Amino acid sequence: MTAQTNAAPAMTGETAIEIAKLNKWYGTFHVLRDIDLVVSRGERIVIAGPSGSGKSTLIRCINRLEEHQAGKIIVDGTELTHDLKNIDKVRSEVGMVFQHFNLFPHLTILENCTLAPIWVRKIPKREAEEIAMHFLTKVRIPDQAHKYPGQLSGGQQQRVAIARALCMRPKIMLFDEPTSALDPEMIKEVLDTMIELAEEGMTMLCVTHEMGFAQAVAHRVIFMDQGQIVEQNTPKEFFNNPRSERTKLFLSQILGH
Amino acid sequence: MSDTHAETVAYVRETMLPPEPPPLAETGAIKWLRENLFSGPLNIVLTLIGLGIVWLVASIVGPWLVHGVWNANSMAECRQIIAETWGQGTDGACFAIIKHRWNQFLFGFYPQTLYWRPVLAFGLLFLALAPVLFADSERARRIVLGLAVVLTLLVASLLGAGGAVLLAAALVMLGWSALIETRPGWSLLATLVYPFIAVWLLWGGSLWGEIAALAGFVIGFIVWRLLVVRFGLLAFALGVVAAVAWWLVAAGPLTSSLAGVLPLRLQPVSSDQFGGFVLSITIGVAGIALSLPAGIILALARRSDLPVIKMLAVMFIEFIRGVPLITLLFVASLLLNYFLPPGTNFDIILRVIIMVTLFASAYMAEVIRGGLAALPKGQYEAADALGLDYWKAQRLIILPQALKISIPGIVSTFIGMFKDTTLVVFVGLFDPLKAMADTIRASFEWKGAYWEPYIFVGAIFFILCFGMSRYSMYLERRLKRDHR
Repeated sequence: MTAQTNAAPAMTGETAIEIAKLNKWYGTFHVLRDIDLVVSRGERIVIAGPSGSGKSTLIRCINRLEEHQAGKIIVDGTELTHDLKNIDKVRSEVGMVFQHFNLFPHLTILENCTLAPIWVRKIPKREAEEIAMHFLTKVRIPDQAHKYPGQLSGGQQQRVAIARALCMRPKIMLFDEPTSALDPEMIKEVLDTMIELAEEGMTMLCVTHEMGFAQAVAHRVIFMDQGQIVEQNTPKEFFNNPRSERTKLFLSQILGH
Repeated sequence: MSDTHAETVAYVRETMLPPEPPPLAETGAIKWLRENLFSGPLNIVLTLIGLGIVWLVASIVGPWLVHGVWNANSMAECRQIIAETWGQGTDGACFAIIKHRWNQFLFGFYPQTLYWRPVLAFGLLFLALAPVLFADSERARRIVLGLAVVLTLLVASLLGAGGAVLLAAALVMLGWSALIETRPGWSLLATLVYPFIAVWLLWGGSLWGEIAALAGFVIGFIVWRLLVVRFGLLAFALGVVAAVAWWLVAAGPLTSSLAGVLPLRLQPVSSDQFGGFVLSITIGVAGIALSLPAGIILALARRSDLPVIKMLAVMFIEFIRGVPLITLLFVASLLLNYFLPPGTNFDIILRVIIMVTLFASAYMAEVIRGGLAALPKGQYEAADALGLDYWKAQRLIILPQALKISIPGIVSTFIGMFKDTTLVVFVGLFDPLKAMADTIRASFEWKGAYWEPYIFVGAIFFILCFGMSRYSMYLERRLKRDHR
């Protein structure tokens, strides 16, 4: 992993995502509490924290897979409300990669990648296939294009999922624990793909436990606990100089061995 | 093999073991018998009991079948022949009733000279279905098409269809087959037109009536298509209004004036002349074709986030499932007449088809809901995250997978519904199993023939239902793509 990646942030200063006073409840359980977060275009953020801390919920709110009850989320200038048109607009600008890949098992790899460009972006089929092959080549599995997801390994499936999201030419990419369901041997191939993406200047929000990835790529590490942002800092400061006790405990447990 | 390290604790494998063939076990019939029939004392006993039951049944049914008489003109004659050939007091089947009256079991009171029309309608059904059922299997599709064309023409000619009719039928079927093979997309339109052709063939009358009915659907579709971008769901309502207006106002006069110019007329056959398998298959096919889409809509409605739609779907499904089919059929045949204005002629077969469809669609909805519930939540989320709207996500992602999971249940519902069409006997229609058999037994010659008609009708039902079941297994195999 290249250590220089996060040395020179390619940020332009434009705002990609603005989250203000975000609150969310599951029933009576207060999952997200007063989250304030501004993400600049080109910024790469890693969100860490113990399970149940609300980090997945937070990024799932950004493309409205979860509905928030209070506060404001503005993605690429569009505020997320109950307006379905706005939601669809935001979703087509924001790519998402899931822990369990969520590829469509009844479609080939190529069809997985061309489906949304054809039906949402209304791109002609042939052009969509060219775009798909471009991104499949980029994640280094062009030769699997006509197989079905069930025939691929976990790492390959996750790379297809990344390619599928990229085919929509998103401005922002969300990663929800993309390597948590993978064997150790496959984690690296997925992380390498993500690092390449980072080097091209993609705006990225990653929920992950891969601290090596955070150190190599992130501009900012956010640590969450009990639905709140406990600490955020540059990766260097975050790992070398954690300030809150909760962060220190978390880091000692995750880096302890 | 590296046994050099056998006595040390540290161990390094120097050669990897190559795979070897399994030990030569005994194979063949004896092994199979020993493993499957005589693997233990209990299984030996069960095997012997099973053999005993098989022998008992065969010793009763066997002679009855062997003594069967095919050439006779009445039950009495049958019995006499059996007594003469096999001795007094022996039992035997009288298949002569099938030989004499098979046409009534199949066609009811349909005019004999017009038997080719239901046959042609049935043959064309396979042409209509082939591009849907065998979309991605060229070989199976061609076999089905070839068999449908050849058998239909053969049977129609055996049943006395005229030369002109056969020629026209052959041209239509060959043209349609060519369309299916060269332009599969367009042939689906032909599939949509098929019901109107079938209605015309079965009931006769002027083709313009069916064309006017079809035109109503086309007009409704065009209205919806033109307005959907601007008005959304309202466009659908406007489409329905346009179609209904067309049917009520324009269709009637247009039909009669066009029929005056060019009759396109077949001899009309009224619904009370329908009977036997023509009736069963007509109701069954219509019910199957209509209940699947209705069931899908109901299943989606029941899983909807909109409370009103969900409640309506739940109420409908639970009401229909809570009421016996016969009740619905009585409603169709008796009660509806009280509510409709006097003098309205609402065809009884159409009423029964509607009720059977409602009944089957409620079950279908629950089967499909099971399939929808079996899909991981991630599939919905992935579709949402890519920006697909509700209908696109359902059509492209959710339903293809949910329906695949539901195939066994869907086909079970189809089969059950097809067999339930025999219940139309209770509203005075001539189903093949009871009403038709009773009618035939009512004539003096065939009084007392019970087993033979049941076996004949049962065998035909079995062939049709078994066919559906095999198709569903074929489809499941074809769609098996998850490679788990």
